[in-house]
Amino acid sequence: MLLPWLILLPFIGGLLCWQSERFSRALPRWIAVLSMVLTLLLSLMMWGQGHFSLAMPQGIPQWQSEFILPWIPRFGISFHFALDGLSLLMVVLTAFLGLLSIVCSWNEVDKREGLFHLNLLWIVGGVMGVFLAIDMFLFLFFWEMMLIPMFFLIALWGHKGSDERTRVATAIKYFIYTQVSGLIMLVAIIGLVFVHYRTTGVWTFDYNHLIGTKMSSPVAYLLMLGFFVAFAVKMPLIPLHGWLADAHAQSPTAGSVDLAGLLLKTAAYGLLRFVLPFFPHASAEFAPIAMWLGVISIFYGAWLAFSQTDIKRLIAYSSVSHMGFVMVAIYTGSQLAYQGAVVMMIALGLSAAGLFILCGQLYERIGTRDMREMGGLWSRLRYMPGLSLFFAIASLGMPGTGNFVGEFMMLFGSYKVVPLITIISTFGVVFASVYSLVMIHRAYYGEAKSDAPLAVMSIREFSMILSLVVLLVLLGIFPQGVLETSHAAIANIQHYFMTASSLSITGTSTTGL
Amino acid sequence: MSISIQQLAAFSPLLIVDLSVIVVMLAIAWRRCHKMTAGLSIIGLIAAILSLFFVSGEIPAHLTSLLQVDGFTLFYSGLVLIAGLATCIFGYSWLKEHQDNKDEFYLLVLISTGGAILLACANHIATLFLGIELVSLPLFGLVGYVFQQKPSLEASIKYMLLSAGASAFMLFGMALLYADTGSLSFAGIASGLSQGVAQQPLLLVGIGMLLVGICFKLSLAPFHLWTPDVYQGAPAPVATFLATSSKIAIFAVLVRIFIEAPLIDLPSVKLVLSVIAIASILFGNFMAVSQTNIKRLLGYSSIAHLGYLLIVLVAIKDRQLALETTGVYLVGYLFASLGSFGAVSLLSSPNRGQDVEEISDYRGLFKRRPLIAVVMSLMMLSLAGIPMTLGFIGKFYVLAVAMQGSLWWLSAAVVVGSAIGLYYYLRVAISVFLPSLNSHVADVVETSGFSTKAGALVLLVSAAVVVILGVYPQPLINVVQLATPW
Repeated sequence: MLLPWLILLPFIGGLLCWQSERFSRALPRWIAVLSMVLTLLLSLMMWGQGHFSLAMPQGIPQWQSEFILPWIPRFGISFHFALDGLSLLMVVLTAFLGLLSIVCSWNEVDKREGLFHLNLLWIVGGVMGVFLAIDMFLFLFFWEMMLIPMFFLIALWGHKGSDERTRVATAIKYFIYTQVSGLIMLVAIIGLVFVHYRTTGVWTFDYNHLIGTKMSSPVAYLLMLGFFVAFAVKMPLIPLHGWLADAHAQSPTAGSVDLAGLLLKTAAYGLLRFVLPFFPHASAEFAPIAMWLGVISIFYGAWLAFSQTDIKRLIAYSSVSHMGFVMVAIYTGSQLAYQGAVVMMIALGLSAAGLFILCGQLYERIGTRDMREMGGLWSRLRYMPGLSLFFAIASLGMPGTGNFVGEFMMLFGSYKVVPLITIISTFGVVFASVYSLVMIHRAYYGEAKSDAPLAVMSIREFSMILSLVVLLVLLGIFPQGVLETSHAAIANIQHYFMTASSLSITGTSTTGL
Repeated sequence: MSISIQQLAAFSPLLIVDLSVIVVMLAIAWRRCHKMTAGLSIIGLIAAILSLFFVSGEIPAHLTSLLQVDGFTLFYSGLVLIAGLATCIFGYSWLKEHQDNKDEFYLLVLISTGGAILLACANHIATLFLGIELVSLPLFGLVGYVFQQKPSLEASIKYMLLSAGASAFMLFGMALLYADTGSLSFAGIASGLSQGVAQQPLLLVGIGMLLVGICFKLSLAPFHLWTPDVYQGAPAPVATFLATSSKIAIFAVLVRIFIEAPLIDLPSVKLVLSVIAIASILFGNFMAVSQTNIKRLLGYSSIAHLGYLLIVLVAIKDRQLALETTGVYLVGYLFASLGSFGAVSLLSSPNRGQDVEEISDYRGLFKRRPLIAVVMSLMMLSLAGIPMTLGFIGKFYVLAVAMQGSLWWLSAAVVVGSAIGLYYYLRVAISVFLPSLNSHVADVVETSGFSTKAGALVLLVSAAVVVILGVYPQPLINVVQLATPW
């Protein structure tokens, strides 16, 4: 019965924030922090009580905790939330990054604090809903719902350096990209439900029932594409990445943290949770295309990142490159690669959040994000350059950080299945180190542009970053806890995919792909 | 044929509205008093809405072969009555500063509402025509109500001329239908069609002409050219009425014809309707993108929405789902239109020349009038079909009905249309939160006073309906499932 509270807490907290604005300017912040702390505690409690590592994979969806309430019986739609190891990890990550995003914008907002925190909390609530919903209608509901607060966040509280017209245009572009892909997914969902209805005569949007729906292979392929497009836009996969860099450049720090840390992960989660189990055959057929798109994303994202002058856009493109690895891993069907993808998603969330928060702090001090105007900051700042270096190194996959574990497992797992693609994408790691180090080099090394020392990090700023550092290192050294938690869920997903795909995957790999 | 009291009782909503027309007319003749006229009209409309609940035990009932009352009738009567009621309430605060005669406004709204209810009962081509004319004729007067202002007068003349042309088409079409099937009742036409006269070229011409007339009234592309001008010229409360009551009633009767008579089995009709639907969706959305005037924008958006709805007719084979879609979508459309046009109308006043209708006028509204700003923004999101609003449920239904009928092109058009639609809906939705460019707009119509409060209440109710039913639509679906013509 605790499951809906994970979603309700942010939503209710948001409403309270909005209304509390009239009493005090600081009150919304505290309410927001309180509701996120409660959410985080709740999710950690579920982790503690869930016995996730004891679950044995059985090849069917296994939920540790479920909640059902009828919603639209006409179509067999219900408020159906469920939790397994995979969604639990994502929920904990969401709660943690949600908390960070509130703390990191502590002093950034100067107008309509209540409404700002409403939007921030509702994003978190929407993402929670996406990770927990296993009714397809409910899933889509949250999937599209979480765009609205993000839209307002970018349009109204966006980057202060750009004019309002740019912000609104960017917000609308972001919204149209994601909303249209969501509509395509809605069409695919309805198609899937109709196929199920025609074979069984039952209206249902329930994941557990829809799974294993029999359909002809062209239909399955089309429906799979509908889902895939939605997730590929969110991921984002080249060539559907047009919205990402602009959205990051125009959104406030908190928005970037949520966008990179949470929203992008919903795409990978959706592929694992829905596309592979619903359409194992079609996915296997599609796997080479998806993987090559992933490879293209790895390299193209890296090159784009390298050529940016805006530090935030650089980080944004680096996440395109990283998600390319995840994409390749997801379509290999190897359990090791899947586990690697899960670790990578968490590590990426943490390291991207760290980089974006540092960017925000840097911007507050020097008033620019243009790396051509930085340079030599190492001598003017005390802790920040070192910490930035840590996150840059983490994002290039240095051993000792969670990113290394994730990358290593993904590449290791993929190699058995698709050696060529794996070898090629390994070179992407090289480019990752190029752009990460170039970022540090341009921003922090070299001649200082001025001698005036900049403000030191406050305790709030320092503790935020330090918590991320600790978690990343912990994930790098002891990933076992995470791996055990997600093991059963991942094994079940892999079971669906493999029973269908062993043939076609090995077929393509022997032909050289 | 004798008419029993019970039969008459079943028609009480129509009778009550007609009675209030007479009462209001006499009252105006006796003494011009704005408050009294408005009060009488609103009481009449509320009484008619209440009577719907009592009538629901009497259905189905027939009154000669012309009229029929069933769940379908009651549901759509309810919708047009709500539209009429909201129009009167918005009209009251809007008209307060009108220098000329105020009372006829209500009379015209009541007559038009009566016509709309007649359409919901129509079971016969004669009633159909009577209803459509009864809906449209008062609208000429309403659109030109502030004839001192040029755009209003121009809109009225434009609407009248084009409407008369459309009616002529419709009449000719009816005559051709009669010539081939030998009957004017929907059932008679249906049996005529099933006996194989469908191949007659003249019959097809007749159906085509009938459709031309109806598509004109529904402002579907390519018969939509009048819409933006008339919406812009009409006073805001009238535009509310134009966008809701007349369209809902006419669409309802269209659905009834298509359910009774297997018109969609004719391949040419199916093709034409599909093309009209796609054209309306694309034209409406594309044209709306470049508008800076919110009334024109809403006019184009209503073209697109009727285009989405037309898909229901193409997919009417699955009657249950098609009827549900119509009901749910129209309820969403009704309340979103009431909210958005109502906001325009509450901010406007006939004394200050043109209505407040430039999108840039809405900047900073959140500071000045937070309630109206939030409602406006919400209604735009609902029209765009974003989750947590009724618009999303409607869009879901439309997509479901299109997929059920395997209408891939139409589904694609819905997706593309929504994508374009987002662009302009979001622009309006966000503009109310942006800081205003100039300060002189700040002196909007005074906010206190009973009439503005009543208008704000209507906005609030519309917003509540859109959000609550958007999150929990099952009650609405239950009601809509009862709204069937059998």
